[in-house]
Amino acid sequence: MTLDIADRAFFTLLGPSGCGKTTLLRLIAGFEDLTAGEIALFGQPIAGLPPDRRPVNTVFQNYALFPHMTVAQNVEFGLRMKGVPEPQRRARAVRMLEMVHLADLAGRLPAELSGGQQQRVALARALAPGPRVLLLDEPLSALDLKLRQAMRVELKAIQEETGITFVFVTHDQEEALSMSDSIAVMSAGRIQQVGTPREIYEAPVNRFVADFIGETNLVPAEVERVECGTARVVLPGGTALACPAAPGVGPGAHHVSIRPERVTLSPAGELAATVERVVYLGSDLQLMTRLADGAPFAVRLQNAARVAVPAPGAAVRLHLEEGAVRLLAD
Amino acid sequence: MRGVRHYPGFGAAAAACLVLLYAPLIVVTAYSFNASTSITAWGGFSWRWYVDVFTGPEAGRFGLAARNSLIIASVAATLATLIATAAAVAMIRGGAFRGRTVTYALINLPLLVPEMVIAVASLIFFTLIGLPPGLLTILIAHVTFCIPFAYLPIAARLSGIEPGFEAAARDLYASRWQAFRLVLLPLLGPGIVSGFLLAFIISLDDFIITNFVKGAGMETLPTAIYGSVKQGIKPNIMAISTLMLLTSIAFVTLSYAVNRIGQKTR
Amino acid sequence: MAGAGQPGAAGGAGPASGSGAEAVGYRRLVVPLLVPAWAVVGLFMVLPVALMVVYSFLTREFRGGVTWEFTLAAYDQFFVNRGLFGDEPPRLEWTYITIFWRSIWQAALATLLCLAIGFPTAWFIATRPRASRGVWLFLITIPYWVNLLIRTVSLRFILRDNGPLNEALLALGVISKPLGIINTDLAVQLGLFYSYLPFMVLPIYAAVERYDHRLSEAAADLHAGRWTILREIVIPAIRPGIVAGCILVFVPCLGAFLAPDLLGGARNFMIGSLIDEQFRGSQGNWPFGAACAVILMTMVLAVLIAQARAALRGAGR
Repeated sequence: MTLDIADRAFFTLLGPSGCGKTTLLRLIAGFEDLTAGEIALFGQPIAGLPPDRRPVNTVFQNYALFPHMTVAQNVEFGLRMKGVPEPQRRARAVRMLEMVHLADLAGRLPAELSGGQQQRVALARALAPGPRVLLLDEPLSALDLKLRQAMRVELKAIQEETGITFVFVTHDQEEALSMSDSIAVMSAGRIQQVGTPREIYEAPVNRFVADFIGETNLVPAEVERVECGTARVVLPGGTALACPAAPGVGPGAHHVSIRPERVTLSPAGELAATVERVVYLGSDLQLMTRLADGAPFAVRLQNAARVAVPAPGAAVRLHLEEGAVRLLAD
Repeated sequence: MRGVRHYPGFGAAAAACLVLLYAPLIVVTAYSFNASTSITAWGGFSWRWYVDVFTGPEAGRFGLAARNSLIIASVAATLATLIATAAAVAMIRGGAFRGRTVTYALINLPLLVPEMVIAVASLIFFTLIGLPPGLLTILIAHVTFCIPFAYLPIAARLSGIEPGFEAAARDLYASRWQAFRLVLLPLLGPGIVSGFLLAFIISLDDFIITNFVKGAGMETLPTAIYGSVKQGIKPNIMAISTLMLLTSIAFVTLSYAVNRIGQKTR
Repeated sequence: MAGAGQPGAAGGAGPASGSGAEAVGYRRLVVPLLVPAWAVVGLFMVLPVALMVVYSFLTREFRGGVTWEFTLAAYDQFFVNRGLFGDEPPRLEWTYITIFWRSIWQAALATLLCLAIGFPTAWFIATRPRASRGVWLFLITIPYWVNLLIRTVSLRFILRDNGPLNEALLALGVISKPLGIINTDLAVQLGLFYSYLPFMVLPIYAAVERYDHRLSEAAADLHAGRWTILREIVIPAIRPGIVAGCILVFVPCLGAFLAPDLLGGARNFMIGSLIDEQFRGSQGNWPFGAACAVILMTMVLAVLIAQARAALRGAGR
């Protein structure tokens, strides 16, 4: 596979566990040996270099803060190894700790900090030597939900402030969508799609990406013909629609993705369905329906006062919004 | 639910166990303060046998034996700890390699072979290669059987230290040696100290093997005590025993404390 | 920056797992790091034991030496009786077998005694609150680290006819004359039991600590009584710990020297004393002593192999 990561970007590797994203990160950091291919940093090949010769630092999943050193000593460690004189590295450590709002805890040991504080120390430690690329291996996964959400905003702010390229590994799509400039979706050791969060969510190129990111209805569809960037597809039940063509998808049996929130109830809707169950989700309502051929189909409605909720068993017609139908490669 | 964990009489057994283990030690300690020359009749509290240990007629013999014991224990424990530390790093951090199982068995061999067998084998070996019995033969034998005692706490500690710390150090521009010296070694420290102390006690305690390879005229504290006891138990032996007992307890407590402190910074 | 490669199917495990890469591992240094241990144990433990086996087949020379001539004389002396002048038809020699036999049953009895008191002790400790377990364990381990010679001497002192035990019992009027325990098999037995008791407690404790007490609760819920639970559920579950404890006691008891030597007197020889005697003074017989040590080692090896096989079978279940 080939992957280009733009300078100064917040880049995310997103995929289920076991997809090879951590291995890729460890290859960049220098903890795995490259068996074939090459890795280059700003045009310089780095594959043969040991980790201590790469201008790359890592925030580890479990932080790996040195338990026998204070917070300040941890943050100074990289600079000390680079031979930076003590007054300078001390000043730099203070600046880094100020950036993560921990300046007053410099003298503590890692064991005396909370999980969120340890996470910030790990970030300050990795940023202190001024790497050109910062690697983050699921750094938020050990935090609770509230803290995780706060850290997302903060990480993004720090990335923009420092202008360092962040390569962020996660299996959490919400994390990926909310922070990234660009996302690479990985599966089974391969890159499935690279794009902005909007592109990944709204224009997934294949079934894996459509299914992995967010919730979707994967509906079998017969492609009749493709011309001028538009494909004509026939859905089960005989409804024929036009939708944007997908690269490499010709006439034949394929799937389309229809996001549940891009569907509304309308008497003039294109699809006929029967409501089986209504699930109350607070801000939303989820209708579990079945299409004419018996395939399940989810519809998400905003929980507004005016919405008339159909009863289970009711026959409804579903309207697909403009651009809601995406043709997928397999 | 406490019910299924509770068995009547088990607490009494545990108490009996402690009494059995400590009674002889306490009795000897008590009698070491006996003023009477007859070791059975109680003649009141006195320090006289402790004074006797350091100034009495046998003071020279026991002093020399104590010196030998301390030299041997210090050198043997140091060497065994160095060897065991290197071996533990290879065994725990070396990944899978051919001969790992055999090496593990080899390191623990001195624990499996009966002491008497080690003693006989060492005596025959030193005789065959023509090494005259003395300080050196004792030292060689002690280093060998101390290795597993030093190895166990070090390896246990090392397998509790995740490789992530060394990876982080390397990521932060530490060379392999710096990662070892500045990160792994300080974290491993309590295990190494603990291993050294245990090896030291084991060396200090050994009688059977030392007795075989020491040769005439050479005495360690245990062989000197044994020789003296064979003539009959005299009160000064009780005083020496009490001193050794306290030394052992002090060392084990120290080793235990070091490990406990170490666990906090893990 | 461009990354191009073939990341393997390695899992999403964190940096803590596996030190596959040489960056943090010590794979390339394995040999130099292990050479000292191999050399010391190989040269001063494995080689000597091998030489000892060879030695047991050599011809005895007077004053403790040997000549390098192959002979089965040492083993012949151990097992075969040809009469005082060597001219009678060969019969089984009972002298040494009796000594070995005494060692085996003394060791077995000590093992049983240790089990009888060690098991409830281990159970009791393992079911204490976590904080006090450490203290109990520490108290149990301390005597193990105290010099074995000193512990044996203490016991000898206490058990003597005019020692504190007899004096106390006499003073209390429980007995009218000293018990005469010292220099008997009973004294040896007490010595062995006392010496190796901590060895029984520790592995059983480790097994009980891992034992899931909800199994007992489930059995109790199904109407099993306390002792039925112990027999049917607990003991099968912690068997490996019990076996390990028994071996840790039995093996050193078998080759013990100090307890029989200091507590048993001349009539209560065990293997250890027999071997020791062969290497003392000009009366010694080194090949015979080596042969006795080889037989002792073989017995220990047999026990260890039996246990390893049982453990393997247990793991395969």
